[in-house]
Amino acid sequence: MKDYLDLNELQLDALKEISNIGVGNAATSLSMLIGRNIQLEVPKATLAPFSKIVEIIGGAEKEVAGGYLYVNGDIPLGILFFIPREQIPNLLDLLFGKMTTKVDNSNQGVCLNEMQESALKEIVNILAGSYLNSLGIFTKQVFVPSVPSLSVDMAGAILGQVLQSIGNISDYALIIENVFRAEGEQINGYFFLIPEPETLDLLLKSIGV
Amino acid sequence: MQSEPIKIGIAELKTAFAPAIILTAGLGSCIAVCLWDPKIKIGGVIHIMLPDSTLGHNLINKAKYADTGIRLLIDELLYKGANKNRLVAKIAGGSQMFITQSNIEMLKIGERNIEAVKRELEHQKIKLISEDVGGNHGRTIEFFTKDGQLLVRSIYKGAKVI
Repeated sequence: MKDYLDLNELQLDALKEISNIGVGNAATSLSMLIGRNIQLEVPKATLAPFSKIVEIIGGAEKEVAGGYLYVNGDIPLGILFFIPREQIPNLLDLLFGKMTTKVDNSNQGVCLNEMQESALKEIVNILAGSYLNSLGIFTKQVFVPSVPSLSVDMAGAILGQVLQSIGNISDYALIIENVFRAEGEQINGYFFLIPEPETLDLLLKSIGV
Repeated sequence: MQSEPIKIGIAELKTAFAPAIILTAGLGSCIAVCLWDPKIKIGGVIHIMLPDSTLGHNLINKAKYADTGIRLLIDELLYKGANKNRLVAKIAGGSQMFITQSNIEMLKIGERNIEAVKRELEHQKIKLISEDVGGNHGRTIEFFTKDGQLLVRSIYKGAKVI
């Protein structure tokens, strides 16, 4: 497979299904972590040129906390997790209790204190770990992710950085998107699987599609 | 009369005559290169993503790279009547969005983009008159073709004109 454009409908569905199983596992972890039921939406696969890909995340200027991990090795892929910036306190409240969370929204360039930042990174780590575990069982591969990186800023700025490893190979990006919501809370998480073109063959082969 | 800005996305470019405004949102490690001919008041913006086309395996979209993209933008401006000797440049972007210990090469791409853009501008003998580059934050820019002003907005640092 040379490019994402070679994917057929069945293969796209298979990728969505792989991702769905992984996200199901991740949602279970998150549910235990914050003590709320998690609802999952039907996964979406978006194949679009770079200029259009930011539209799936609600526009380039949408303010988000973005956690990113890169999986190196035989099957390189990226995992990106977004939550809207204004929902960060809701998530932290569930972890630390209402009294402790104060997110500094002043113009100092620093939005979260150290503890809040590492808490968010840890959530990303746990979600990605659960996700990759299930992906690994399914495909009989071992996925070893990098440590998570975190940025609270414009979604387009974060995505642009993440997509550059694909930029040298393709003019398109493929993003498998899973959205989950915490029941009774204003918390919507956006989980993106970003496979590289060379990853597609291996992923699909491992599940026989 | 102020009209709606012309929007461009990652790896796109547009040129327009005054009074058009060209906008590109959510620059992280990417860079917006804005060129302007003050005499005929034509401007162009490109949203480049990567430093070097010779490292790419896919050259269909030349607007993706600093080297081929800037040349493409110059060509389009000249085609529309600009004079290369009059062109001036302003640039914004080139951040490192993730502060991390990990030394994944992709995380340094902002810096490499800045270097590549400056090198290509120098090579083309186009004067860089102002810049807002680097740091760890995202930027949205609006380029005003009527006076060559570049408005740079970010979440934490507010807006400024360069």
